[in-house]
Amino acid sequence: MLAIFKRELTAYFTSPIGYVFVAACILTSGIVFYLFSLGQGSTDLTAVFQFMYFVLMIFVPVLTMRLMSEEKRQKADQLLLTAPVSLIGLVTGKFLSAYAVFLLGVIILPIYGIVLSFFVSISWMTLWGNFAGLLLLGGVYAALGLFVSSLTENQMIAAVGSMFLNLVIFLMNALASVIPVQIVSNTLRSISIFDRYIDFTLGMFIVANILFFITVMAIFLFLTVRVLERRRWA
Amino acid sequence: MIEVQNLSKNYGGNKAVDNISFRAEEGEILGFLGPNGAGKSTTMNILTGYISSTSGSAKIDGIDILDDPIAAKRRIGYLPEYPPLYTDMTVNSYLKFVYELKKCRLPRNSHLNEICELVKISDVGRRLVRNLSKGYRQRVGLAQALVGNPGTLILDEPTVGLDPKQIIEIRSLIKKLGKNHTVILSSHILPEIQAVCDRIVVINKGRIVANEKAGVLAAGLSENLSLKIRVEGSESEVKKLLVGIHQIKRVVALREAEAGVFEYEIEPKKDEDVRREIFKKLSSRNYPLLMMKSNELTLEEVFLKLITGDIYGNVKDEEEGK
Repeated sequence: MLAIFKRELTAYFTSPIGYVFVAACILTSGIVFYLFSLGQGSTDLTAVFQFMYFVLMIFVPVLTMRLMSEEKRQKADQLLLTAPVSLIGLVTGKFLSAYAVFLLGVIILPIYGIVLSFFVSISWMTLWGNFAGLLLLGGVYAALGLFVSSLTENQMIAAVGSMFLNLVIFLMNALASVIPVQIVSNTLRSISIFDRYIDFTLGMFIVANILFFITVMAIFLFLTVRVLERRRWA
Repeated sequence: MIEVQNLSKNYGGNKAVDNISFRAEEGEILGFLGPNGAGKSTTMNILTGYISSTSGSAKIDGIDILDDPIAAKRRIGYLPEYPPLYTDMTVNSYLKFVYELKKCRLPRNSHLNEICELVKISDVGRRLVRNLSKGYRQRVGLAQALVGNPGTLILDEPTVGLDPKQIIEIRSLIKKLGKNHTVILSSHILPEIQAVCDRIVVINKGRIVANEKAGVLAAGLSENLSLKIRVEGSESEVKKLLVGIHQIKRVVALREAEAGVFEYEIEPKKDEDVRREIFKKLSSRNYPLLMMKSNELTLEEVFLKLITGDIYGNVKDEEEGK
């Protein structure tokens, strides 16, 4: 697992993709921080974080798109799948490498808050709540992206596919409100990621919500393992 | 040691591998011979745990690849048909990655250097895999299989893409490795298998059609060897003389090989050695015998004979069928 994590992380930074991701994250968050916080004279960074919610919906799939698909196309997966490593270790290593790059991209966000705190008093709970929500969200995006990447040999399909799925997940709320059938709309709402994310932005750390995000990540990682397993038995 | 028992692999209704069994002992180089699409790569992919079998078992040193895949995989070095390389890495960093991936415990730098020396890639260590030629990639792939010094090596067409000099080098390397490893080698190039392997398994359409020691295979099929001789002197006279030998079934005059020298094909009766008789008869009449060779079947012919049942007949049928 460690070997795969290290290789993938190095690969992010031997190609431009890692630098571009981190730079794009810092640049967009910087612009949004200026517009929504400094420009408006607001100390609440929730708007900045929420904007990143959407930006990452597009950015994270770019990170994860090649993780599984490229290997399959180049037939390098034969090395990993015939090496004495478990599939879970393999998938976790890849997930963590994408997550590490994601962390480098978003670590700047609480720093904006800390900088603000030198001049005005800010609500720390909201700041950390927002950040925690974003960290968990990034994990969901990365796990989902990894899963989609394992389904195809084409990086572009992997990227667009996971962006689309991210959008569907986001729209689940809106969908729920127009569905007249009570059970369906309730179910959709209860698995809505956005609702739970909003709780974080209010500075609420609810254990159920944290577990929910971790479960969603675990499910997608598990599904990725199943895809690899299934390919073997096909 | 590799033990394969009643292994089958179906893709839908298509049987890629059909109930094959064989063994490769330690210190033995087993050649897997078959035309393209015979099931060689599929079998190797099953042995290494890349894909599963539909039924049957494959054991490496007594460990079933399905029961304990990690322990079994640790004993195998695998060079697939397409070397599984990361084009964005340098050769050195790639091999270090493989070293860590295989959780190798040998001293790292000396072990990797030794392998690089062995397959002769030390001079490209700092180059990106992307920029290497096919021959070098193939050798990096072989190096990858050797990392961790596994007892069993499974090499799928290891000399593809190499130039003739490299082919000879790799073959002698494989022979050297074969002394203390179990090696399975696949190829559709017959002289290669003939040059390297102790035992040959011929596979066609997913079935084993022969499993013999390399020498036995060629000899066993070449019963009733015919002879080719060249004799100086009148064609009709010599032919008459040869037909007079009672162990000879048939004599065919082929052509005039040199001025005044004719070539004949001689088919002896079953289990008769006619060489001495021919010499005596010819020398008694002062016809100089300039050449005599037995038409031993080449492995090519053996192979065709095995998979079609006949050297020429069925191949022709297949072509007509198209």
